[in-house]
Parts: sequence; C-alpha cells; structure tokens
Amino acid sequence: MGSRRKETREVREVRSLSEVSGERSGIGGDQGGQASTVPEASTLGMKIEGLSAYYGSFKAVTDVSMEIRPNKVTALIGPSGCGKSTFIRCLNRMHEVIPNARTEGEVLLGDQDIYAKGTDPVTIRRRIGMVFQKPNPFSKSIYENVAWGARINGYKGDMDELVERSLKRAALWDEVKDKLKKSGFDLSGGQQQRLVIARTLAVEPEVILMDEPASALDPVSTQKIEDTMQDLKERYTVVIVTHNMQQAARISDYTGFFYIENMGDPGRLWEFDETTKIFSSPSRKETEDYVTGRFG
Amino acid sequence: MATKSGTQTTRKGGPEGGPVFESSTSMRHALDWVFAVLVFAATMVGLVVLVVLLVDIARDGLPRLSWDFLTSFASVFPESSGIYPALLGSLWLLALTAIISVPLGIGAAIYLEEYAPDNWLTRLIEVNISNLAGVPSIIYGLLGLGIFVNLLGDITGGQSILSGALTLSLLILPVIIIATREALRTIPGAVREGGYALGATRWEVIKSHLLPMALPGALTGTILALSRAIGETAPLIVVGAATYITFAPDSPLTAYSALPIQIYSWVSQPQPGFQTAAAAGIVVLMAVLLLTNSIAIWLRNRYQRRA
Ligand SMILES: Nc1ncnc2c1ncn2[C@@H]1O[C@H](COP(=O)(O)OP(=O)(O)OP(=O)(O)O)[C@@H](O)[C@H]1O
Ligand SMILES: [Mg+2]
Repeated sequence: MGSRRKETREVREVRSLSEVSGERSGIGGDQGGQASTVPEASTLGMKIEGLSAYYGSFKAVTDVSMEIRPNKVTALIGPSGCGKSTFIRCLNRMHEVIPNARTEGEVLLGDQDIYAKGTDPVTIRRRIGMVFQKPNPFSKSIYENVAWGARINGYKGDMDELVERSLKRAALWDEVKDKLKKSGFDLSGGQQQRLVIARTLAVEPEVILMDEPASALDPVSTQKIEDTMQDLKERYTVVIVTHNMQQAARISDYTGFFYIENMGDPGRLWEFDETTKIFSSPSRKETEDYVTGRFG
Repeated sequence: MATKSGTQTTRKGGPEGGPVFESSTSMRHALDWVFAVLVFAATMVGLVVLVVLLVDIARDGLPRLSWDFLTSFASVFPESSGIYPALLGSLWLLALTAIISVPLGIGAAIYLEEYAPDNWLTRLIEVNISNLAGVPSIIYGLLGLGIFVNLLGDITGGQSILSGALTLSLLILPVIIIATREALRTIPGAVREGGYALGATRWEVIKSHLLPMALPGALTGTILALSRAIGETAPLIVVGAATYITFAPDSPLTAYSALPIQIYSWVSQPQPGFQTAAAAGIVVLMAVLLLTNSIAIWLRNRYQRRA
C-alpha cells in the first residue's frame, strides 16, 4: 500500500509539470515530431493516472495509476479477463479502435498527455508500438512487412539498411536474409512474431507494448523473443503482458498485478512494484497467491 | 434393413448403464449414398439442359458465323445481315459500365465496411442495398429512362450509350457492393490493427492491405455482375437501344444497339433466315461473355498470387 501511494504522488507531480508545458507540446510539438527523425539519446517513460476503460457501458478497467520507467521492462500479470489487454491497448490509443470503446484518465508519454485534445492517435501509435498476441504479418514480402510502416511514416533514409537493422534487432536477420522477397506468411509462428517485432522497430518507436507475444510459441522461439527483449530495453521502454510467471520474473524489472476482487467488477491494478519484490515479498495476499500459483 | 453385423451397439460405464449408442451403420451409409445421388442428379439437370441448349444454338448458329457476319450492318435481308454495330455497342456498354460501376461499387463498399458508423442509418442503407440487388431489371430501365434519358438528356445525349451504361451500372452496383463488402469482411481485424499500430491512417491500411486482399473476391462479384449486365435486354429496350442501326457507334453519346437487343429483334422476325442469324448472334454473345470472364479470372489469379 505504501509504495502505491508514493507512486501516485510521483504521477501527480509529473502531471502538474505537463500542465505547464501542455499547451506548447499539444499542437506545435505534434507536427514537429512527424517530420524530424526520432531522438535516440533519451528514452521516454510513461505515466498513467486514473485510467479507466470502457466497452460501451461496460467498465473493463478502473482507476489504474502507474509509472512505466524508461529503458526498463514492465510486466503486467493477472488472471484472465482482468483487463490487461484492455489496459495495454489504452497506452497507445488502440483501445478506441474498437467501436464504442472509450477511456477516462491520463496517459503521459514523457510529459505529453497522449489523450490531450488535438493529439493525433496516428502519431502516438508510431511512437508507441504494439506487438499482438497472435502474429499478424501483412500478406506482403518479408522485406515489405518491415519497410511498409517506415515508408508510410515518411522514412527518408536507406530502406535496405533499415530493414536489415530492424531484422537484426529482432534476431531474425540470419534466418530470413536469403528470402526477403518471400511472403511473411511463409515463416513459422515464432519467426512471424519476430517479423512483427522487426516491423514495429522499423518505425523507431519510443515505447514497445507487447500483449502476450510468446503465448502461442514453442520454448525455443519464446527464448529468442525473450533474448530480443533484453536487448530492446537498452534502447526502448518495454511493457509486456504475460501469463507466464517465470517469464515475468526472468525478463522484467517492474511488475504490475491486475486483479478483479468480485465477479462483475472492473479490473484494477492490485499491486505494482519491482519484480523482485512482487515475486519474493508482495504486500498483498492476492498477489502472493497468484504468483505462487495458488489461485484455483 | 439393418443386418446383424451392421448394427453397432456400444455400452460403456457401469452395469447401471452409462451412455449407450445404438445405431445401424449400414442404414446411415445407405442414406448418405442416397443423398449423394440426389445432389448429383440436381447438378446434372442444370448441366444437361445447358449443354443441350448450347449444342442446339451452336448447330444453328455456327454455320452462319463468318467474318462478314461480324463486320456487316443489320439488313432487311437475313442473308446479308450482320452483327457489327450491336457487337460494338455491347463492347462500349461493357467498358463504360465497368468504368462507372466498379469504382462506385468498391468505394461504397469501403465506406460501408470501413468508415460508416454502426447506426440505424447505416443499417437502413445496408438493407436497402440487399433489396436493390433483387429488383427486376426492367425497373432499373424505367429509372434510367426517367433520369438519364429524359431528365439529364442534355448531358447524356438522350438515348445514348452513356444512358444505357449508366442504367446498367445502377443495375449491377448492389451486386458489386455486396461482393466487395463480403471480401472486406473476411479480412481479419488483426490486419487492420497491425497497420494502425504502426501509425498508419485508415486510408493507408485500406490502400496497402485491405484492397489488395479484398480484390480477388471483389473482382469475382464484379465479373458476375458485368456478365449479367451484358446479357440484359429489358432495361436497354426501355432506355432506347435501337434494333436497327446503320452506323457504328464511335462515342458514348451516340445511339446504339446491343447484342441481346439485336438477337431479340431477329428472333421476333418471321423469316427463318433471321432465326439462324439470331443463333449466330447468341454464339457471339456467349463468346464475349467467355472472353470477359476469362480476362477477369486471369486478373483475379494475378492479384491472388501477389497478395
Ligand atoms: N471487444 C470487447 N468488447 C467488449 N468487451 C470486451 C472486449 N474485449 C474485452 N472485453 C471484456 O473486457 C474485460 C477485460 O478483457 P481483457 O481482454 O482486457 O482481459 P485480459 O486480462 O487481457 O485477459 P486474458 O489474460 O485472457 O487475455 C473482459 O471482461 C472482457 O470480456
Ligand atoms: Mg489479453
């Protein structure tokens, strides 16, 4: 409980900071970000305050506040249906793609409220990339899968070089370098998922959100994706939803536990702390039961 | 009836009786066989009738078919009558109708499937489009007469190829819209989400992913619709296609004839010479249909491979 209160206060401070600079970054900063190349030096973190998410009149997630630190992996765990996917989709404005879905509360990328009026979700989604549970390559060549996102976002550099670099970062280059013209569907599930990661990296996001990226994969592919993630956090901020406790413990620095206390309630962030703390001495009983597998 | 070996009885569970299965496998296989024969017969009825028809037409028409027949104008003498203006008219109609209806139909389908909000107005439009696909073609002819020939006569040239093509476009629009929407609907949402998650706009996702994936399905529907349009007679009669024409159409604003119109007019003549001419005309019409269909199938396969 103590750590949660501290968390909230930090968020408040940042929020008032953003209120000061909000007007400036709201309109002018937006257009600027589209044309210029992405700054590589400092990675941005995110702050979420009082976030609730709805599907029509159904409230799926309520009042989540947390801080996602830059260059760290933040894992989100919790029982099925407690709103992890819903929450993570709110972080890059993908939630609103679903008809009648809406959110309340604030989500800051650095000091910019991504839900502020006049903020273009298209720009936000390029800066906050997303990898889905099921690999969803485009029905195009491997090369085009990676190049497409960069091209529509106006990438002006050497495309061949960008494709190679992105595929290397996603640990896929060696397996596909001789068949870049082949369809993305010709790859195995694990390779497809790394292709999707490569395509996400190619648009140079600042934050990468992953919703159970390895849940449909075999242990070898999972291992490769976990390795990839360790490399990714040197340059990006990573948020990952997972049902695999060992995976969360292995790869993440911070862990958030989502939970629904009574049937029919919306999901809440039950506990959020450093991963070592969550897995060794969580402060709430439900968290402990969950991470030790004592939930029936 | 069920033989001893064909009756299958299985008992599972305790002596109190668990689930019990009792059925005559031979009976079930017999029913299966009967059904297979029935559906095969259903297929054959359609096929045989069609083949008989085609053979009959070909026997009457093929001997009459010649280069002269294709390049001559209609005449009062059956022997020297040709199909040239009607053939050209039909090709004009086909091309213009495709140019008008394909972009409109695919555009409308994209709007309804990808952009339109899900409200009562959209649903009303959807129901109406489905109903329009079933409206008799002569009604479209009357609509075309009222709007394109009379009201907009100054622009369309009255009883012109353009008026005919516009009318046929109206006729087949619902079919194209429905086919394209079906094709768009089979594309998984994950494709769209994958695009949005990279910072793509809706139009970018549609252009790069949805349209190429939907095109084979949309083309199939469009081809069938165009085939229907090229064979239509009733609406063209209403909007004033000519049965006797002495010049070849060279612009969309001229008067015209069309293959089915010409065939219809020949069939209604008493002289037997015109009946053979009609049969030859039907062969030409079938050839045009086959040609457009194969072009479309070729196009579709090409896109399917690229997609
Ligand atoms: N598109 C939707 N429309 C309506 N309700 C939805 C939709 N997607 C999810 N929900 C509901 O929102 C709640 C949270 O779902 P969500 O998918 O976020 O859970 P989750 O934690 O990701 O579960 P899982 O671990 O099984 O993936 C559930 O009650 C679910 O039924
Ligand atoms: Mg989920």
